[in-house]
Amino acid sequence: MSDTTPLLELRGVNKSFGVVHVLHDVDLAIYPGQVTALVGDNGAGKSTLVKAIAGIYPADNGEYLFEGKPVSVHGPKDASALGIEIVYQDLALAENLDIVENMFLGREKTNGIVLDETTMEAKAREALKSLSVRTVKSVRQSVSSLSGGQRQTVAIAKTVLWNSKVVLLDEPTAALGVAQTRQVLDLVRRLADSGVGVLLISHNLTDVFEVADRITALYLGRVAADVATKDVTSRQVVELITTGQSSDLDVAERPSTTV
Amino acid sequence: MADTITEAEQAGFASDLTQSNTLGDSVKAYVQRVRGGDMGALPSIAGLVVLFIVFGIANDRFLSNLNMANLATQAGSIIILAMALVPVLLLGDIDLSAGVAGSTGAAVMGLMIVKHDQPWGLAVIAALVTGAVIGIVTGLLVAKLGIPSFVVTLAFFLGLQGVLLKLIGEGGSVRIDQEVISGIANNNMSVTAGWIAAVVIIVVFAALRLLQHRRKVAQDLQHQPFSVVIVQIAVIAAVLLVVTYVLNQNRSVNPNFPIQGIPYVIPLVVVLLIAWTFALGRTTWGRHVYAVGGNAEAARRAGINVDRIRISVFMMCTSMAVVSGIVLASYGGKVSTGSGGGNVLLYAVGAAVIGGTSLFGGKGKASNAVVGGLVIATIANGLGLLAQASWINYVVTGGVLLLAASVDAISRRRRSATGL
Repeated sequence: MSDTTPLLELRGVNKSFGVVHVLHDVDLAIYPGQVTALVGDNGAGKSTLVKAIAGIYPADNGEYLFEGKPVSVHGPKDASALGIEIVYQDLALAENLDIVENMFLGREKTNGIVLDETTMEAKAREALKSLSVRTVKSVRQSVSSLSGGQRQTVAIAKTVLWNSKVVLLDEPTAALGVAQTRQVLDLVRRLADSGVGVLLISHNLTDVFEVADRITALYLGRVAADVATKDVTSRQVVELITTGQSSDLDVAERPSTTV
Repeated sequence: MADTITEAEQAGFASDLTQSNTLGDSVKAYVQRVRGGDMGALPSIAGLVVLFIVFGIANDRFLSNLNMANLATQAGSIIILAMALVPVLLLGDIDLSAGVAGSTGAAVMGLMIVKHDQPWGLAVIAALVTGAVIGIVTGLLVAKLGIPSFVVTLAFFLGLQGVLLKLIGEGGSVRIDQEVISGIANNNMSVTAGWIAAVVIIVVFAALRLLQHRRKVAQDLQHQPFSVVIVQIAVIAAVLLVVTYVLNQNRSVNPNFPIQGIPYVIPLVVVLLIAWTFALGRTTWGRHVYAVGGNAEAARRAGINVDRIRISVFMMCTSMAVVSGIVLASYGGKVSTGSGGGNVLLYAVGAAVIGGTSLFGGKGKASNAVVGGLVIATIANGLGLLAQASWINYVVTGGVLLLAASVDAISRRRRSATGL
């Protein structure tokens, strides 16, 4: 895929909390159908950047473009109205509710004042099917009975249900075992293949190299590099994360937009 | 769901099953759920059966028609108060002031009728509004200031007893002899009306269940086997018909004055049960109450206004508690300064918890209050008949509450262990 317009683009974004300057002129682009990995050490500003995109902590300055057009995002509602969905690390699911109920939480379908369970169940099933999710026994299963991977699956399927254009995944595999990580990564790939722009925030470089098309490395609040995954090695990315530069990498200054 | 997730289940069972198996499988699944710690109303139903057997053997008047009708009216106010508490408990909060708030509302009603000659309808509305205002204030303090509900409602429990004293006057009481209000606990439906009501409820319930089942099958949604639906309908029908039959017998000790028919408090409980079940199970509001109780942070991120839900729940709870206060006043014929205090509230909390509503939030139903309320009322009634000293009554009820809370805590542990 070459030089398409990014679905979501940030240009020169700065964010300070009091005297602490957390984000310095950050540029970020998320392309349709691609998985962009956001890597960086603790405190590099990954969470702040995600929150800036989500509108939880709007950026101090800089441009926020969605589908090439400048937009203003001042709160989570603005972001979700644009079609930006965030899957949090600590999974925002209510354990006492079942899968359908969780997927429609806060956006229930109703007939008058009565919940329209029929439509909701059918649509939830459709969304899970579109991601080829096979690990769930019943959509009416309570979330407390699901494994970590299955919960992550439900959270991701929720974004499909709402036709999200950009999905931000915050450490989706952090708490998962090997087999479950596999399932979730497959799911992330399928999600991107369906045309969604995915931003994967991860510490785990194995996962990143397995699924990401592009890697954006943050170092102390600055973008250290924005590269295509195939152009770099794991060692170089580790250098970018830990020192902000990589001796034998020449793409850092001028980010390429091709994969 | 089995205790352990098998490899096959993990790896790839292709379909999510919409047709859940046979009656036998459903029974097996239910047994597994219970063993996994999801007891639901089972302990309370078992407890009720045991209590009926024990008291039935210990005292031959216990199972008499007169006492059964008595039991039903005694249980009425406990059940209604417990139903009021269910949504609060679902949030993981508690309302210790509900009993006193209910009686404060009842006192407002009584004073409007007795002192100000207002029609009973207006008086009841004023009482409900009083309850709603108390609930909104409680809810605001809990949701906006973030004071634990335990503390806020404990303060209201004390404060409202003072208000009640001020309204009624030291040592006094407000007489409730208005025909309609007093009739709730003391008058009965005619025998014919009782039968008609029972049959209508059964037919409507059966029709709704069957229709729902057909729709689910037609659209290939998750549904229970047909046999389970039939069993559910049969159980409801049997319970309603037996209760109606027993209460329609003449239970008077004086042959010249027959007393028969269903006390009006029972249809009142049934109507409230249907309304609460609908509100909690079939509306967006109810779904959000469960979500906030299960994971308030998830609910907030899903765009639910958690504070608004919490305030509305306290408002509904206290308004409903006023209904219970009115029933209590109707049963006692008066509102006195001590009404709604003492153990009234703990009876109701006990009833909800015994019925299967969790103190930890997120789990419970309006129907839990009915079964649990019957258990509590049966203990009070049975021990009363055995002419035991009242200290025994307190000790036994306290013990039962503790037992129910233990069952709740243990089953919660088992649930998290088995992932149910």
